[in-house]
Amino acid sequence: MQAMTKLVNTLTFPRLLLQHAKTIPHHPAYREKYLGIWQVTSWEQNLTQIKHLACGLASSGFKRGMNLAVIGDNRPQLYQAMVAAQAVGGVPVPLYQDAVAAEMIHVLNDAKISFAVVEDQEQVDKLLEIKDQIPTLTTIIYEDPKGLSDYVQSDLHSLKQIQLLGKAFSEEHPEFFLTELEEGKASDLSVILYTSGTTGKPKGVAHTHNNFILTGQNSSEFDGLNYKDNILAYLPMAWVGDHLFSFAQAMVNGLTVNCPESKETVMSDMREIGPSYYFAPPRIFESLLTQVTIRMEDAGSLKRKLFEKSITFARKVGGDILDGKPVSLLNRLHYGFYNLTIYTPLRNALGMSKIRVAYTAGEAIGPDLFRFYRSIGVNLKQFYGQTETCAYVCLQPDGQVKYDSVGVAAPGIEIKLADSGEVLVKGVSVMDSYYHRPDATAESIDEDGYFHTGDAGILDKDGHLRIIDRAKDVGKMASGKLFAPKYIENKLKFFPFIKEAVVFGDGKHYITTFINIDFEAIANWAERRHIAFAGYVDLASKEDVYKMIGECISKVNVDLADDPMLSHAQIERFLVLHKELDPDDDELTRTRKVRRGFIAEKYAPLLEALYSAKSEQFIETKVKFEDGRDGSISATIRIQEAKTSTVVA
Amino acid sequence: MSTMTNDDSKANTVLQLENISLSFGGVKALTNISFDVREHEIRSIIGPNGAGKSSMLNVINGVYHPQAGDIYFRGKKRKQMNPAQAARQGIARTFQNIALFKGMTVLDNIMTGRNTKMSSSFLSNALWVGKARNEEELNRHKVEEVIDFLEIQHIRKTPVGKLPYGLQKRVELARALAAEPSLLLLDEPMAGMNVEEKQDMCRFILEVNQQYGVTIVLIEHDMGVVMDISDRVVVLDYGKKIGAGLPEDVKNDPEVISAYLGTSH
Repeated sequence: MQAMTKLVNTLTFPRLLLQHAKTIPHHPAYREKYLGIWQVTSWEQNLTQIKHLACGLASSGFKRGMNLAVIGDNRPQLYQAMVAAQAVGGVPVPLYQDAVAAEMIHVLNDAKISFAVVEDQEQVDKLLEIKDQIPTLTTIIYEDPKGLSDYVQSDLHSLKQIQLLGKAFSEEHPEFFLTELEEGKASDLSVILYTSGTTGKPKGVAHTHNNFILTGQNSSEFDGLNYKDNILAYLPMAWVGDHLFSFAQAMVNGLTVNCPESKETVMSDMREIGPSYYFAPPRIFESLLTQVTIRMEDAGSLKRKLFEKSITFARKVGGDILDGKPVSLLNRLHYGFYNLTIYTPLRNALGMSKIRVAYTAGEAIGPDLFRFYRSIGVNLKQFYGQTETCAYVCLQPDGQVKYDSVGVAAPGIEIKLADSGEVLVKGVSVMDSYYHRPDATAESIDEDGYFHTGDAGILDKDGHLRIIDRAKDVGKMASGKLFAPKYIENKLKFFPFIKEAVVFGDGKHYITTFINIDFEAIANWAERRHIAFAGYVDLASKEDVYKMIGECISKVNVDLADDPMLSHAQIERFLVLHKELDPDDDELTRTRKVRRGFIAEKYAPLLEALYSAKSEQFIETKVKFEDGRDGSISATIRIQEAKTSTVVA
Repeated sequence: MSTMTNDDSKANTVLQLENISLSFGGVKALTNISFDVREHEIRSIIGPNGAGKSSMLNVINGVYHPQAGDIYFRGKKRKQMNPAQAARQGIARTFQNIALFKGMTVLDNIMTGRNTKMSSSFLSNALWVGKARNEEELNRHKVEEVIDFLEIQHIRKTPVGKLPYGLQKRVELARALAAEPSLLLLDEPMAGMNVEEKQDMCRFILEVNQQYGVTIVLIEHDMGVVMDISDRVVVLDYGKKIGAGLPEDVKNDPEVISAYLGTSH
């Protein structure tokens, strides 16, 4: 496989578009469910639409070297806008569509945005709200005109208008589009993706066509992707993973990108499409399994028993069968029977019946969860990468899947570990630079071209990489022993009842944690036990809930006691938070990573109480409602001791 | 919103009710009520419980036949008619107590709103050939537009009985809209909703009115909502009209205040 690795590229994304329009003109480039029907855009139509859009942008004043903001849910038109911008020498900048207006100001100003292509009224309203603070912004183009008929702003245009303009323009200047397109070089910037800003203001990560095309080519080669594959585009377009899967790999292979009707319909749309290639962060796999589990608990006793029996059996041999390891004939037959009666219908219900390769990344995935999907025949694998590396550093090869590692160095990538344990990466996917930030670029890419990931990892004897935490988060307890909070948080989050956990202990004598309950799972659990509750706050403070969470924590402690490196890091005290941690309250990043420092500050009285002898603590916190209003909630929160395990010598 | 007064010309009056009286045996539900509804406006009917608001709607769409008074619809004096005739003339409505088919999906429920627009025969429908087929596609397209407009794609295939109350109300509005009405009668569309659901519903009502130009007669108890979205208001109490006019005038009318708050005259 190494021999096939591509390290040189002369293509750009617009050139790939020309190729596909020529070689597979009638193959669907996009499917979008609209008015209940999957509407198809072929590669040929895709080219025409992109051409008109590009010419329309250019004739409205969009020039080579400008950046184009793209904001909205996954829509074919927005993906097209990215290629259109590239075709005329611009660089697309996708933004997180669920960010509140104020959060967009920094990115829009940093990228000096003057043109924005957005999805609908919601995004238009946001931009109009902050327009005064973005001096460069001149033109807003919207895709969905619903609700916008009364808007009279002169800087507001519909995508249709722009495309009509472009059509007329390209009829007058037939050579324009191709000439502009040919001017593009593979070393030009192809996209600027903003980091989610776990620390400080988001930075623009600038990638070239080379970066994403070589990454797309090598990763497609690795998993044997081709134009016949289908993918569901439903994760934020601003996220590097979506840009790799739904944009770069789709453009490289000419495969079909399917856009769901709305956020709420993703699951049913997935069942209708049956993607062959699928990505989801662990939390989605987890919520799918939670749904299945809840529904099975409601099923009749015969069905439930059959399900349990078959899943227990799958856990025993399913993974080995998928990995091509030797399994006895009897077990194979047994598995075949269950496959026919249970696993296939289950995969179908999950929308995974056609999946050849499924990936997960972003956060650690629970071993039970991971094994569950593999055992029922879904080829779920993990990869590792970040925005700065096109999400492409390590991949798990078929047949060599270890649940606790993220795989081996991907084709075209070199990895090594610094003395501090930090993972260093060099290769095709490493970004060009942080946009307009040579200082930050120099800090993270050293003279030898290695990108410093900031993650602490271990390489095992087979060259598989295991990530334990953020390098800077790995701290020391008062005793001087290792403190890896995320490692413990992940172990806690593997319990379906725990949605988020925030572990504290840096410089302290013992470890404590805040727990966020999974409301859906616990509400169901409580109903089954006839525990009455009034809402989230009430449920979170129930004694039974505390008892159950306490049991989960003591199980984690048993696990930790087994690990010689971490047996000292058992959780001694915990509390259950009265509100869900929320990106709108700045407690999580948009990619749902906990901001430990911010949370420690915001809930300082609670943290103090955890490190005192108190058994309860009153707290009042500000919250932001979905409609933008502010409010506050208060509660008296109980603090409980957790059962720790004795270390086996 | 319109700033017309009561003295404007009657040229664009859609519905004119003159001296309507309705009684059930000895009970007088409506006594001598007159008001009009103009093209493209939102006309609200308010009043305490039992004031005769729903009876008024039932008179408009032909469920009840008043003993006295005249109804003019689009300038023509109306003879006695039934709700089906009203529907064919472009009058659609929703009900105070949701009247959907609980066991049917949202999509099928909304499709029933297209009933009056379908003309192909029973046989061709049963065999699903020729005209029936084209007709279904056409009607389904219209229904999908309504589904898109009211943002209920995610429950398209869900049986109505499984839905929470707020969504059922929205489905009912969807069915009424599927009939492409020119006059829409809404009977307490926001009863039993939380603030967020009410905001959504207000948004939809305003959009139906402004974007599609549908004339709306609205019965509602939430005064905040009525005052916010209505062009003109009629106030009923014990079957009598005790006030009418612009929302702010009605709000300050002592008789209206006393009917609602129960102060003595």
